[in-house]
Amino acid sequence: MSDITKQSLSELVKNIKNKKVSSEEITKEFVNRSEKSKELNAYITEDYSSALDKAKKFDQKPNLDLKLPGIPIAVKDLFCTKDIQTTAGSKILNNFVPTYESTVTQNIWNEGAILLGKLNCDEFAMGSSNETSFFGNVQNPIDKNLVPGGSSGGSASAVAGQLTPITIGTDTGGSIRQPASFTGTVGLKPTYGSCSRYGIVAFASSLDQAGPMAQNVKDCALLQEVISTYDSKDSTSINFKRNEYSKELTNNIKNKKIGIPKEYRVDGMPKEIEDLWQKGINYAKDCGAEIIDISLPHTSYALPTYYIVAPAEASSNLARYDGVKYGFRAKGENLIDMYEKTRSEGFGAEVQRRIMIGTYVLSSGYYDAYYLKAQKVRKLIKNDFDEAYKKVDAILTPSTPSAAFKIGEKKDDPVSMYLNDIFTVPVNLAGLPGISIPAGHDSKGYPLGLQIIGKAFDEQNILNIAYAMEEKINFKNKITDWWIK
Amino acid sequence: MSKNKSEYLISRKDNQYEVIIGLEVHAQVTSESKLFSTSSTKFGAEPNTQVSLVDAAFPGMLPVINEFCVKQAIKTGIGLNAKINKRSVFDRKNYFYADLPQGYQISQFKDPIVGEGNVILDMPDGQKEVGIERLHLEQDAGKSIHDLDPQNTFVDLNRSGVALMEIVSKPDLRSPEEVSVYIKKLRSIMRYLGTCDGNMQEGSLRADVNVSVRIKGSKDLGTRCEIKNVNSIKFMQMAIEYEANRQVDLIEEGNSIDQETRLFDTKKNETRSMRSKEDAHDYRYFPDPDLLPLEVSDEFINKLKSDIPELPDDKKKRFIDEFKLSPYEANILVSDIDTAKYFEEVVAKMGKNKDIKLAVNWITGELFAVLNSKNIEISQSPISAKNLAILINLIKNGTISGKIAKTVFELMMDGNKDPQKIVEEKGLKQQSDPKALEALIDKIINDNREKAVEYKQGKEKLFGFFVGQAMKASGGKANPQLINEILKKKL
Repeated sequence: MSDITKQSLSELVKNIKNKKVSSEEITKEFVNRSEKSKELNAYITEDYSSALDKAKKFDQKPNLDLKLPGIPIAVKDLFCTKDIQTTAGSKILNNFVPTYESTVTQNIWNEGAILLGKLNCDEFAMGSSNETSFFGNVQNPIDKNLVPGGSSGGSASAVAGQLTPITIGTDTGGSIRQPASFTGTVGLKPTYGSCSRYGIVAFASSLDQAGPMAQNVKDCALLQEVISTYDSKDSTSINFKRNEYSKELTNNIKNKKIGIPKEYRVDGMPKEIEDLWQKGINYAKDCGAEIIDISLPHTSYALPTYYIVAPAEASSNLARYDGVKYGFRAKGENLIDMYEKTRSEGFGAEVQRRIMIGTYVLSSGYYDAYYLKAQKVRKLIKNDFDEAYKKVDAILTPSTPSAAFKIGEKKDDPVSMYLNDIFTVPVNLAGLPGISIPAGHDSKGYPLGLQIIGKAFDEQNILNIAYAMEEKINFKNKITDWWIK
Repeated sequence: MSKNKSEYLISRKDNQYEVIIGLEVHAQVTSESKLFSTSSTKFGAEPNTQVSLVDAAFPGMLPVINEFCVKQAIKTGIGLNAKINKRSVFDRKNYFYADLPQGYQISQFKDPIVGEGNVILDMPDGQKEVGIERLHLEQDAGKSIHDLDPQNTFVDLNRSGVALMEIVSKPDLRSPEEVSVYIKKLRSIMRYLGTCDGNMQEGSLRADVNVSVRIKGSKDLGTRCEIKNVNSIKFMQMAIEYEANRQVDLIEEGNSIDQETRLFDTKKNETRSMRSKEDAHDYRYFPDPDLLPLEVSDEFINKLKSDIPELPDDKKKRFIDEFKLSPYEANILVSDIDTAKYFEEVVAKMGKNKDIKLAVNWITGELFAVLNSKNIEISQSPISAKNLAILINLIKNGTISGKIAKTVFELMMDGNKDPQKIVEEKGLKQQSDPKALEALIDKIINDNREKAVEYKQGKEKLFGFFVGQAMKASGGKANPQLINEILKKKL
């Protein structure tokens, strides 16, 4: 079977369960393709030989009742993996090897998955293009020198490039949905509290959420079903009844009310995004959904609010990287000197920028004007959604204001970079689930995504809508394997 | 002239200053495990052997609140007659230090778990109420060790993450003596509750002391200085005396006081500046996003209320009512929970025909003297409450005299022996047979005819001589009361 890497997760699982293919064969194929794909720079750490060993072991005594039986999976390098280097894309954690496993990755190993390696990402998940990684740019499989988005850029690139059948990323302000949109893949940011944050290198604790990234909605549903568990080790994990998302998946969305928020029609929005959105509305109608115009009046405050809340939390979360206990340490004359040198050399420019913003907005004299006000606005943004959900079941928006851009194009313009997250950030601030599905191409042939936002804990509903629309859209990703010589 | 005997004033030329003191007491919560992790809190372990991934702030590690510590804080709040806040919030206090692995301390800033309360102090000239501002839960930091190596500092994280209660008083204290009584009272209440062992040597109880001075009678508060981390009552008192006098001297010289944080040097007995207000840290407090606000129900609080044991103030009142003790005696007995327990056990074991007064005297007299000389706590007393009760009953029912009892008491210390057995084995039983004593006295009078005559002629002092002779002849066992009676009759 030479087309193994082209198969979706669901196909691979079916084939392995029917004993048409072994875990070793599958793993070999993904390892081979990964090795031929070094130019994408999707991996930070490869764990191929250990993956092959595990696959062989799996085949000796295959447990085919598992949900991910012998499936090799590479994950974002923000998840701590026991005995495997975990860097968060940062020099400061270069060579850091955890003695523990994140809950989310443990959940996938428990279902039979095998670790292929750790995927590149923006440093501490701060970025929208994967250009802030200490381990270099990631290439988008769609085209040479195109960013894959960020911060889960390595993950998106690896899924789109078929280096891994599925992956898990994290999303603080759009870090799953935006790269999914840029690479023609599907990415779900679950409700805050759905997936445990235990063992995930923290960026902004009140916004961070792990989620699945896949080639299609069904795979995404299956992975969500595996990774979403209540975890007493995370105080913000929520104990709610979790669906069997893949089993309960249906394309019947008849009479579902889908809201179209007028405030997402932002100034200067490219026509092709406008058109894509209209196309999405038409598809939803075709599926039997009812389209309703809604208003989310505080939308325009979401981005500034996010860029206060997230850096504030980050400035504190990243204080532990001080060279004292683990990770990179620079030599210093004394403690303060060591701190300063370690953190100046260990953190990249974007991370330092956000630490400074965060420190500033929490400083006495500025706290009320920035952090406290941002918290109040955050509440208003959440209230907007609560109001909207009195009228609708889900909300449809574009995932991003543009398609993927070239590497280096926005690197020196943080504000224009931050604008990438304009449609995704409100969802994190409100703690809601959101999914990005590929829905079309721009004039250059680059993929564009649509976002479906749901009520809290209503992942099933947005997965269903995405599933139904996916069928109608019938999107085909244009992967030319340009990087394979 | 002060009408109040315990009033503490500092006099300079024409001015008298009073001292205003407020305390921030850091009390280690009695708990098997830490505030946000399951590591042990046991004192004295090898460095860095009680450190979890959470305590060492590894990437991706998250705090989970220890419910037991929450209960302990609420119980303490109840013991301080304080308002329990049904919703409280954990904040991050951000600063860098080598023994602070997270780069922030999880504490409570705006919304503490316990609000206003009070503590009653028994001062020599009456009771005084000291207001409690708040009590909040927070993590302890680790320990930096600077003296093991000339080049390096070592860090021990065993203490990192241990639960502390910070109990903030209002600026109601006015003298080093009041501070001492206040700390002892806080300690007593927490030991009754089992929420803090109050062990100052092990650092379970430390305080930041805020001191300011003002001309007596003035209503305005002066600028205060905070003396950080003082770990004994004696040092607190010394630090306050030094600091108050320093401030008074500055004012007398026409200078002003700078608000600052100071350290107390126990060797030089002086405070010195650690950092000024301008250099004060900006801790950038904000609610910890890893923790949800802490919410407790009325039910939860009421359950804890119903489990609160009798506290020192109530016990004291009961001892006075039930046992007719003086307030002074009651105070001594209730101030430490183990003493109170011991006393109550003695009372219980004495049975029906008990002599409470005698028990109080023996505990506060003989027993305390032994404990002091051996430098041990009452919980380690070589004589059990049960055996002391038996001894007291032996005195009460006339089996032995008070004097013999002291001998028996000495013997009991060797292995907590049963006093009854000692009396039997050593034949120390008091002679109370009137006939035998009469015979004994007859013989003494016979042998000392001349002195008997002198006595009869009015030399009354000689009565004591005859008592002494009788006691001597009986080997100290004669019932002194009977001897007196018989001698009076015979002489």
